[in-house]
Amino acid sequence: MEALLNKYAGKLTAQGLCDAGSPLLGGIDAEFVWNRDDAAIPMLAEITRGLNINSILYAAPAEPYASLLNFLAEHDGGAECIRPEDSETRTFLHDIPLVRELSASAVIAALKKRKGAVIPGRGIVTWGTVSPEQAFVTFSSICFASFVKFFSDAAVEARRGGLDPNTMRRIVSTIAAYDNYVSGALAGVHLFRGPFEARGDAIGAIIQAGRRTVECRLVDSFFGNISYRLGGVIYVSQTGSSLDELAGCIDPCPVDNSSCAGITASSEFSAHREIYSRTAMSAILHGHPKFSVIMSMLCDKKDTCANRGSCHKSCAERRFVCGVPIVPGEVGTGPYGLCNTLPPAIAGRRGAIVYGHGLFTTGERDFTDAFRSMVDIELMCVKEYRKIIETL
Amino acid sequence: MYGWTGKILRIDLTHSSFTVEEPPASLYESYIGGTGLAGHYLRNFITLPYDHPDMPLLLFTGPLVSTKSPASGRMSIMSRSPQTSAVCDASVGGRFGTQIKKAGFDGVIISGASNAWRGVSINDGSVTFADAEAIRGESTSRVAERVNAASTAVVGPAAENGVLFASIVTDGHYCAGRGGLGLVMAAKKLKYIAVNGSGAPGVFDEDELAKAREDIFRLAAASPALKGALGISEFGTGALYDLMHSRRMMPTDNFRATRFEAAPSMNAHEYAQRYQTKKTGCAGCHILCKKRGAGGQLIPEFETMSHFSALIGNSDIDAVVEANRICNEAGMDTISAASTIACHLELTGGSISPAGLVDILNDIAASRGIGVELKAGSYRYAKKLGRPELSMSVKMLELPAYDPRGAYGMALAYATSTRGGCHLRAYPISHEILRKPVATDRFTFSGKARIIKIAEDMNAVIDSLTACKFLFFAASLEEYARAFHGVTGVTATAHDLLRAGERIYYNERAMNAMNGFIADDDDLPPRFFADSGTGGDGIDVRPIPRGDFLRARSDYYKIRGLDENGMPTEQKCGELGIPWKRS
Ligand SMILES: [Zn+2]
Repeated sequence: MEALLNKYAGKLTAQGLCDAGSPLLGGIDAEFVWNRDDAAIPMLAEITRGLNINSILYAAPAEPYASLLNFLAEHDGGAECIRPEDSETRTFLHDIPLVRELSASAVIAALKKRKGAVIPGRGIVTWGTVSPEQAFVTFSSICFASFVKFFSDAAVEARRGGLDPNTMRRIVSTIAAYDNYVSGALAGVHLFRGPFEARGDAIGAIIQAGRRTVECRLVDSFFGNISYRLGGVIYVSQTGSSLDELAGCIDPCPVDNSSCAGITASSEFSAHREIYSRTAMSAILHGHPKFSVIMSMLCDKKDTCANRGSCHKSCAERRFVCGVPIVPGEVGTGPYGLCNTLPPAIAGRRGAIVYGHGLFTTGERDFTDAFRSMVDIELMCVKEYRKIIETL
Repeated sequence: MYGWTGKILRIDLTHSSFTVEEPPASLYESYIGGTGLAGHYLRNFITLPYDHPDMPLLLFTGPLVSTKSPASGRMSIMSRSPQTSAVCDASVGGRFGTQIKKAGFDGVIISGASNAWRGVSINDGSVTFADAEAIRGESTSRVAERVNAASTAVVGPAAENGVLFASIVTDGHYCAGRGGLGLVMAAKKLKYIAVNGSGAPGVFDEDELAKAREDIFRLAAASPALKGALGISEFGTGALYDLMHSRRMMPTDNFRATRFEAAPSMNAHEYAQRYQTKKTGCAGCHILCKKRGAGGQLIPEFETMSHFSALIGNSDIDAVVEANRICNEAGMDTISAASTIACHLELTGGSISPAGLVDILNDIAASRGIGVELKAGSYRYAKKLGRPELSMSVKMLELPAYDPRGAYGMALAYATSTRGGCHLRAYPISHEILRKPVATDRFTFSGKARIIKIAEDMNAVIDSLTACKFLFFAASLEEYARAFHGVTGVTATAHDLLRAGERIYYNERAMNAMNGFIADDDDLPPRFFADSGTGGDGIDVRPIPRGDFLRARSDYYKIRGLDENGMPTEQKCGELGIPWKRS
């Protein structure tokens, strides 16, 4: 348990979600274990005892997330929760409760209903029932969702003509830092060159490309997926695997379904398989780069469209950002599943964005093009976003 | 009242009479329905022998049944197990739960015993009793055909002939399989129960229910195990077969090995090809995990597929289908039947042919030849031969198709399960193998005691709502709590429901304690602590470390609020609001 607590405390810092030394994680089997000492431990222990859980995380998010969350919390007056509309929130979080007083009973009341809660000005509390990894994932999703919501709301407001100078300054400085970070991502990246002929080489390339995608913050580590087609077998990352730790988490799935051993494969395996069947591609990479997601949610016709409110599952428009198609589609294989919308859209293009969710890119021989396309498209989306703000 | 009907039907077979009881709303809030409510009504009778006329057979639905809540059409059947002497319940699918609800009842309590074989028909508010002597000895499908009702629950020849693991079969092929509930029904000389209902429960807030339903559907679509290309909607529960093979935890040769060489040619894909399978399933479900062949063949579930192949060394796929058919028609549990045969094969040093398998199953069901011995289950049989350790069971209930050496949470959960060797109380396979809600390390006990306790509480809630456990590979109580509120109007968060789950589970623990169960009964067969499984491909399947297991078990007792011998305490009973009795 202790090892897991330290692992996820480390990940929160490595991924820029928390400042070093900030995350406080507790796990309980028969007894409590904490990753470090802190004055908040008695309160967190009380919260844990008030719920039926095995792990808890409390931390102040790092910048820019802290400011963005505080802004969202203030902006809505006394709202009880933040309601982001990205796919991670829609599918897993539903909404993000705000707890405006720091007391065990107030936090317990919020956490009895949801996987995590924000205490404005202080931090985020999340929990797990089988592993601190759940607490980490929820924390990361809350940061991602608030980032996406802040920038998509700001663009809508900007178009309507009103952004106060403070917000404007925050936007400009956050984007500058982000742009800098992602632009640096390509420097010094040398991914293995394909085509790969041996199973071990393909798996090695998947592991390497997955790790780079996380390191460049093009996806929070728990989400995203990646695959390589080799002959009649698709090697695909497992569901809920972390793209930065894929060793031992890649399922070989025969394209003819002759084995179900890949029942643990990513929820987007069907979409990957369909893309391979329509194209000559060998590699698929899927991340959640933030501005690709934000741009996918900005549509001029939102106020007048007949489909408004259900853009995530049905959209009558053929939408593009910088030539990259944007398609509706929910996670997985339902009637509105992206497995239906993504494959036809991505065929013949370097990538496609799924509304409010993330970016899929492909490569013919290896992950070099897929990775480069992901960075390029994300940088183009940053540029497009700036245009919206700066033309004001 | 919304969701619940507020009425419970009591049927007395001794006097061929019935009454209707209206319990207070507080009882529903404390025990929810399904297994929870049935457990509450079982409590005062649990020390009676299973065949005592006063021993009730309980059939209970939950508040979500017959509403738009996804995959919530189930029912729990509960009583004291003839096989284990512990509490025993089975969650069954099909239409029975829905029909009971439509007939106006949350549950049916059957007590008393008839002198001659009877059938009971529930038609909305009325109950009629029929002579069933003429269909004595008939197979389960024949009885269902002849009774011809919206839903039926029947026992077959196995129950009539005293098979300790006789099942109750609803709607042709949904089985209350484990623990011998069929024998409880047969002890009352009750051949069938038929229901026709035409009502519908009230729903508190249709909009809220619709939103919860949308959330649950979205999660199900995002779940590879449920709706993925290789998931159980596509391939049935048999989709797990390849996975268990690749993880080297498929129980083989009575658990002497954990890898079956013929497995790749006996997987779900082979069944789909060979029998051209189609989807079918329970009322109100969109997953449809049951499969039927184009010729009407019943395609075996995962446990049956695995135990009638790897466990007994059979590599003939048609023989598995036939064995499943025989068990279904005779009304007996496939897991216990296969495991008892595997134990017999180990004890006698023999192997079995497809024809031999058919013969031995028919002998068990008819109680003749070797079947006279084997119908008592593997533990009693092996004990009689002086080798009880060769029964791969916990509390005399045979283990299902997950080798505990390959998943330590499963090892602990088998041991602590109130109904004995059962995977469904905590189902740690969800995180240890299927990676939901996130993956845990399957080869460690670290953290598992609390994980198992939480999961037992959660599954007690699911079996009380009465929803399908499979949906919880994707959704959680967070979404179902919303459905619960939408249906009943009772304000309860996921964690409030878990509190009810804790009460329900502790009540079962208390009932077992009253029947003399102690810590020694929360244990696995010695083989798992002494022998390795079949390692390879970088997977090392070692014996379970005994010390770690015992530490985890004692942590579990502490977390559950039991004393060091696994006994309930007066304090915890008081805290949960359930009666306390020393033993
Ligand atoms: Zn994604």
